[in-house]
Amino acid sequence: MTTRLTNLAKNETGVITGFDDADTDLCTRLREIGFAEGDNVTPLHFGLFGKNPMSVRLNGALIALRKAEAKAILVKAL
Amino acid sequence: MVHENQSGTRQKIARFALLGAPNCGKTSLFNALTGGRAKVANYPGVTVEYRKGEFTLPNNQTVELLDLPGVYGDCGHSMDERVAIDAVRGNLEGERQPDGLLFLMDASHITTHLHNVLQAKNYGLPVVLVLNMMDMAARDGIEIDVAALESSLGIPVVSCVAVRASGRAHLLDFLNGWAGEILNDTATVPNAEGDSLKDLQAKARNISGVSVSRIEKAETFTQRIDKIVLHPVLGIAILAAILVFMFQAVYWWAGPFMDAIESGFGWLQGVSERLLPAGGWLTSLVSDGVIAGVGSVLIFLPQIIILFAFILLLEASGYMARAAFLVDTLMAKVGLNGRAFIPLLSSFACAIPGIMAARTIEQERDRLTTILIAPLMTCAARWPVYIMIIGAFIPNTKIGFLRLQGLVAFGLVVVGILFAMIMAFIFKRTLMKGAKSTLLIELPSYKMPVFKDYLLGLWDRAKIFINRAGRIILPASVIIWFLASYPTKANGIAGTFAGKIGGVIEPVLRPIGFNLEIAISLIPGMAAREVVVGALATIYSLDSEAVDGPIREVLQNSWSLPTALAFLAWFVFAPQCLSTLAIMKKETNGWKWPLFAFGYLFVLAYVAAGLTFHTATAFGL
Ligand SMILES: Nc1nc2c(ncn2[C@@H]2O[C@H](COP(=O)(O)OP(=O)(O)OP(=O)(O)O)[C@@H](O)[C@H]2O)c(=O)[nH]1
Ligand SMILES: [Mg+2]
Repeated sequence: MTTRLTNLAKNETGVITGFDDADTDLCTRLREIGFAEGDNVTPLHFGLFGKNPMSVRLNGALIALRKAEAKAILVKAL
Repeated sequence: MVHENQSGTRQKIARFALLGAPNCGKTSLFNALTGGRAKVANYPGVTVEYRKGEFTLPNNQTVELLDLPGVYGDCGHSMDERVAIDAVRGNLEGERQPDGLLFLMDASHITTHLHNVLQAKNYGLPVVLVLNMMDMAARDGIEIDVAALESSLGIPVVSCVAVRASGRAHLLDFLNGWAGEILNDTATVPNAEGDSLKDLQAKARNISGVSVSRIEKAETFTQRIDKIVLHPVLGIAILAAILVFMFQAVYWWAGPFMDAIESGFGWLQGVSERLLPAGGWLTSLVSDGVIAGVGSVLIFLPQIIILFAFILLLEASGYMARAAFLVDTLMAKVGLNGRAFIPLLSSFACAIPGIMAARTIEQERDRLTTILIAPLMTCAARWPVYIMIIGAFIPNTKIGFLRLQGLVAFGLVVVGILFAMIMAFIFKRTLMKGAKSTLLIELPSYKMPVFKDYLLGLWDRAKIFINRAGRIILPASVIIWFLASYPTKANGIAGTFAGKIGGVIEPVLRPIGFNLEIAISLIPGMAAREVVVGALATIYSLDSEAVDGPIREVLQNSWSLPTALAFLAWFVFAPQCLSTLAIMKKETNGWKWPLFAFGYLFVLAYVAAGLTFHTATAFGL
């Protein structure tokens, strides 16, 4: 089932299936920093209030992003 | 690509640019090759401007090297990214396009970043992929088939450890040959890729899939530490503990060094008074003007060094980016951009690099908001003022193992941060409405600080502090000495030029508890905040009625406690600092925002000092 990165629980791994391209500029940035279809992502840490921001493991890198950004990443939970 | 305006006899210079993602080690390599001293730290977005340097290859070929801000793609979302891309495209004013690109990549993150080098092939320049931080990759069990990478990318690939001479040998070897090929126009210009970013990513993933393998370890060192350090509650507690400790240490450790400097300047004053004609103007100029003024500021050098010893350690280790993550939850609530953290943090050294670092913020309104609140961070120039007043008026009571003076200093820093957040909250809902909420940074892996970089960084901070004492405080002390000595000191300070000038603004400052001496000192304080300390030292040193001795004791006898507290409150906001206003003008292309910042900071400073003075007086302090 496809969902958004923000819906994954801590330490739950998902596969990126695509991007919500409502904001094309944001999609470009996400791709540039390294998110791509087929990659595994795992949320590892959350901020204190409202699980914002989050940091996710992506191919051995640790990337911090806010909810608004993480929402644009579509994933399928493994 | 031959440099055109080279005369036949002169050697041709090969010009290379360092391109690559933020924090992959470009500046480290630049410094190592060119002998440069640009700032290096373990967080993304350190370099925001381009920088040029030269070095000579083993075969005597001269190379000009360009260090650029880190950039992921080729879009140029923010000001610093645009500088990098303009440099590579040859669009920087007065700068020729580079002859070749050294594309640096963190070898531990090839899978995530390989598409960036495919994008770089589109610039139409010869490219070499430099896999940096090979030491870290090896430690984390990453195996890289360099030959396979080379053949599938169609460009040369060289491995490198920028921070070690042995790690750079291979790269120098390669450049030896490559520079010649480039100058003779025989270097291969890679085929443009031209696909969409999505296709490039797919292509890059295929390439890295066959040439990079990672031995899955249960957990890396960084992951293990992050479990504790990035924990939402524990992490913030650790951050707070680090900060409290840092401000305590400034008080624990600086004492003996300060005493030594203080008695050194006291001795110098004694010697000058003995050697120079007694009662003469020259004696007074040297003793009351120069030595009192400069000495009163230089005495705080130990504190500045201790403070930066901590800050630089946090920066080099990789913790700073974690701190940005931890406080982002608050920054988001206020409406601040996640990228504002690093510029605000840099403002603890000085608002000027902080305001420049705001270039990494993509959204113009968020960048402006950050620039406007940067002066509220406690810059190094405020420390002399804080420490002088706190030392004179706050008892050094022990509270457990903590000291009251250190806690008050920490409190002042926190009040500054608090008001920065409040002002950002207000600005973001009025003047600077809109803009998306972004963070999107890579958290670097922890690294052992490079000892040499660390010491040089510390030395740079000390040098800046000492230079300011020489360049600004020394001449200011001489001028103040003159103005506060003539035409006559017979009726005390009020009869001097300084007294007359200060008398003009004193009525405005009297309601908030400031006296004539403070009014006078605030004027030269526009040049640099710590000049206020030097100015007060000179003024009171000339005053025959004031007690002799260190400025601390003089103030204890001349100021009331409410006045001292109001003075501290003023300096939390302290609108004055011409160089900050000048850099704001440069970064915002006009006087509008610097004047606005000056205005709002002045109002805050005035109200805060007034409230403090009257509250303290009402409580009978
Ligand atoms: N272990 C190791 N550390 C390195 C190496 N190269 C750089 N570093 C460290 O990596 C961090 C980042 O280095 P910088 O040179 O500031 O990186 P940069 O690419 O200029 O970063 P930006 O200016 O932010 O784009 C610093 O802590 C360096 O000491 C390397 O080859 N090995
Ligand atoms: Mg750099």
